[in-house]
Amino acid sequence: MSRIGVFICHCGENISATVDVVKVAEEAGKHEGVAYSTDYKYMCSEPGQTIIKQMIKEKGLTGVVVAACSPRMHEPTFRKACSEAGLNPYMCEMANLREHCSWVHDKSDATTKKAIDLVRMLVEKVKFNKPLYPIKVPVTKTALVIGGGIAGIQASLDIANSGHKVVLIEKDPSIGGHMSQLSETFPTLDCSQCILTPRMVEVAQHPNITLMTYSELEKLDGFIGNFKATIRKKAKSIDEKLCTGCGLCTTKCPTKKIPSEFNAGLGFRTAIYVPFPQAVPNKPVIDKENCRYYQQGKCKVCEKVCPTGAIRFNQEDELIEIEVGAVVVATGFNVMEPSEFPEYGYGKYKDVITGLQFERLASASGPTLGEIRRPSDGKIPKKIVFIACAGSRDPAKGIPYCSKICCMYTAKHAMLYQHKVHDGKSYIFYMDIRAGGKNYEEFTRRAIVEDEVNYIRGRVSKVYEENGKLIVKGVDTLLNARPVEIEADMVVLASAAVANPGSEELAQRMHVSYDAYNFFSEAHPKLKPVETNTAGIFLAGACQAPKDIPETVSQASGAAAKVAILFSQDELSREPVVAVVNRSAPPVYSTCVGCFMCATACPYQAIGEELITDRKGNVIKKVAKVNPGLCQGCGTCVAFCRSKSIDIQGYSNEQMYTEVMALLNDE
Amino acid sequence: METKNILIEVKRQTGVNIRECYQCGKCTAGCPVAEEMDLRPSVIMRMIQSGTNEEMDQILRSYTIWLCLTCETCYSRCPMDIDIPKVMDYLRQRSLVEGKVHPEARKIVAFHKSFLNTVKRNGRLSELFLTIDYKMRSLRSGTLFQDMTVAPGMISRGKLHLIPEQIKDKKGFSRLFKNQLKKRKP
Amino acid sequence: MKIGFYPGCSLTGSSREYKESILAISEKAGIELVEISDWNCCGATAAHNLNKELSVSLPARNLALAESDGIEELVVPCAACYNRLVMTQHELNEDEKLKSQIAEKLQMPLKNKLKILNVLQYLEEYFVPRLDELIKKPFEEEVACYYGCLLVRPNQVIKADRWEDPMSMDVIMQKLGAKPIDWAFKTECCGAGFSMSKTEIVGELSGKIVRNAVNQGAKAIVVACPMCHSNLDMRRPAINSYLKTKIEVPVMYITQAIALAMGMSEKEAGLQRHFVPVSFSVNC
Repeated sequence: MSRIGVFICHCGENISATVDVVKVAEEAGKHEGVAYSTDYKYMCSEPGQTIIKQMIKEKGLTGVVVAACSPRMHEPTFRKACSEAGLNPYMCEMANLREHCSWVHDKSDATTKKAIDLVRMLVEKVKFNKPLYPIKVPVTKTALVIGGGIAGIQASLDIANSGHKVVLIEKDPSIGGHMSQLSETFPTLDCSQCILTPRMVEVAQHPNITLMTYSELEKLDGFIGNFKATIRKKAKSIDEKLCTGCGLCTTKCPTKKIPSEFNAGLGFRTAIYVPFPQAVPNKPVIDKENCRYYQQGKCKVCEKVCPTGAIRFNQEDELIEIEVGAVVVATGFNVMEPSEFPEYGYGKYKDVITGLQFERLASASGPTLGEIRRPSDGKIPKKIVFIACAGSRDPAKGIPYCSKICCMYTAKHAMLYQHKVHDGKSYIFYMDIRAGGKNYEEFTRRAIVEDEVNYIRGRVSKVYEENGKLIVKGVDTLLNARPVEIEADMVVLASAAVANPGSEELAQRMHVSYDAYNFFSEAHPKLKPVETNTAGIFLAGACQAPKDIPETVSQASGAAAKVAILFSQDELSREPVVAVVNRSAPPVYSTCVGCFMCATACPYQAIGEELITDRKGNVIKKVAKVNPGLCQGCGTCVAFCRSKSIDIQGYSNEQMYTEVMALLNDE
Repeated sequence: METKNILIEVKRQTGVNIRECYQCGKCTAGCPVAEEMDLRPSVIMRMIQSGTNEEMDQILRSYTIWLCLTCETCYSRCPMDIDIPKVMDYLRQRSLVEGKVHPEARKIVAFHKSFLNTVKRNGRLSELFLTIDYKMRSLRSGTLFQDMTVAPGMISRGKLHLIPEQIKDKKGFSRLFKNQLKKRKP
Repeated sequence: MKIGFYPGCSLTGSSREYKESILAISEKAGIELVEISDWNCCGATAAHNLNKELSVSLPARNLALAESDGIEELVVPCAACYNRLVMTQHELNEDEKLKSQIAEKLQMPLKNKLKILNVLQYLEEYFVPRLDELIKKPFEEEVACYYGCLLVRPNQVIKADRWEDPMSMDVIMQKLGAKPIDWAFKTECCGAGFSMSKTEIVGELSGKIVRNAVNQGAKAIVVACPMCHSNLDMRRPAINSYLKTKIEVPVMYITQAIALAMGMSEKEAGLQRHFVPVSFSVNC
């Protein structure tokens, strides 16, 4: 005979403002098998948990239903409370009265009725709950870090320095990411490369780090502590052991006019190339798409000039399988092409460029060696207009969110311009100056007051060329919305930060969730900012949302700490929510008929076979067997099983039907 | 009427939610006649957002609403997809109903009225009759002879018909001008 | 082949050369444009400025008439009429109640499923595929293709190609042999309905357009809208007085350019009806 306790939470006013919680408790109390029911303001609080614990002991409860929020956050809380009171934690269930009821309905009798129904369903379910015990699994103490920008570099170094092995993969030929493209960094104006390159070298030399550039994640299987990653090591067409990085091949390559990715299209590179002089590793790759030999079958100049004979035209992509215990995703962001905004003339006028292109112009390693010269004729622009929010905060054509970094980098750009072109005039069209951060506000004030950058509050409607000038039609909303026209020599668009192309596919490959903008989702917006929904996979940097360098580095260290915590254990406990094939007394042994439809359906390769033998060792029957270490509890096998021989523990068919029947058999 | 009610009324009449406006000014920046306006488009948006009856009154008496050419540049570039031209249509009609048309705009209103009047009479527009009707309405504005310079040229190029084209079903057509569905009084 | 035709008022008066040229090239291409019987004025700017209901009911009557004529595809050369008709169709399809009220008032059924073509869409569909066969003398001039407002905006309803920098007219002109210039005022407003009531504003707005076209090397401005044409052509004195110079670049309808390219005479194309003479020697 079940003795179930029902605990209704007000969730402050989140539930109680809409649902008559007292009535729900009262109705629940009348339900068959309910030994106790009550309501409380915050069930998750210490006093709330104490009520549950006391009642388990006092009333001898055999099951608990907490009607509160989504189980995502607090199921562990309440299960722990139950366990502390001596009840098997899996005898506790949660009814979601907040997300499923109070937040989505208005206050009414029907809403309260729905809450009562939800509670009743869970009470019926819990009657069929069985005590379960966590599964123990080992931990592989190697981390996979995906992406070699500053986030991936920081995370790798931190994990490696805590004594664990790291495999760092980077899709480009060199690590460094966007940070290596930047000129100087706000708010201190220290040279980006100067602070980054030592870290890049450290990564390459660290005994605990295996660096794999020109490599991408092909597949990720397994689960926390026990992932199996397949890495595609793209063919670089060189033998890395033989190559000394002398660079002769890159100077002799006849294909010289390929827009350089590193210089954001403002310079050229060859087909065999090292992306930039400080690249790590400082060894070239052949870009097959643009190589004369790969495209036309003739050339091989690089092979002829290579002093060590390191060129390998027949090299093929390699697929490498590695076992890792944790994954840090640090794939970064991308700059949105402002082509959605034809009114700004990007792509039409050469001297309308993006912020990232301006970084290259201002960088000592850039195409102009740090001089601000406009792309069309190499002249130094005497009047320059910066347009903030060129894509951000524009639901109609761009992205609705704020890219967060543009206010600061635009101020920096104008400042750098003023430092380099003393007789130049700079204008920034902006909507708000978002300079929240240590020394940030001071920085933008300095741009305005000391460096005499002209901030104009208003958006630009159109940029067009007339008589060799770029006419910028803007507005000053602080002067009664007075139209402003500026004849500029160059226009810089603060283009938005967006998710990397391919991030959606990558997220699906890793089974982590992502948001509407294809940024990867953290497990909780406040309290789990570096975790993903998938245990053992962590986030670092701008792949989660646009962020600047200090924030990226902090998050990367945070992710590394999470990995270190995970690796500090030799064994992990896993939720026992896994599939099991039923067993019964002889002569049936199991209703499983051994068709293995389940095994073909399982996305995690978790189902194998088991031979049932008699005492003499003769095989009586072959049935399916689920490996609880691999099973993720998705339930696909349950749906496929024709003889209904598989159940998910804690979510058995019996429990599900009971829930549904409780709803249908309305009292 | 309080701010909230003004916003609700605009939304009810036009379907446009002025609250969406975050004052970036892109509408004004691209407006071909912004220089001539007494209240710029973005300012009008702000006045509706924060306005009281007095502010609404100022809008309805403004020159701006009649200067708007409905070129739709503002709407097409608005990051918030706010249909400003539709709001302008609404403001003009209200200004007319409430008798608040800006003195400078009377010529423009006279022209539109002449236009509709000519259409009402014949079903189609006769440019000659429009000109005559308009000139009669705007006698006081002193531009009587301005278009006299163009008229001979139009006649010699066969562009002005002395006898207006007319539609056949005048009875059915005139129904459109009678018993309007709902008078747009605030 | 028969296609419905809504000329609109301007084409019967101040822009009759537009009507003449579109009818002439259509006839020569073997297409019969059938005028909607008893069509009326679309209401233009006046209606939507002063009277919301008329701005819908006037165009709606034409849509209903076209339907009762059995027309499925309707060519509307006047950009202003085209805009009003498309906007009305859109508005009525968005608002079933309004649609039935208007239909009741018209005492005509209104399915509102008509395919409405502007002149560029018409040319693209019926002329561009056959240009090789139709063109006798290429129209080899540097032209500024001017689209104005109404063929491209509001882009939320009028689904033009690249509304900030449309190319459809440029592509057609290029196929005629012309060299369309790259310029910045393709879709700027000419001053539209202020031709008579605010001529000085027309002078300024049209002046900026003409100036940019000439600065970028245009020998002619090609248009597809009677309002744009009359503002750039008939109001040239106002333009010149704004620019404080005399600009002589001619303004012609795209259909006139096609007529010339198809081997018709200047008179057949209606060039004699312009205020600014077409003074360059058209290659025919």
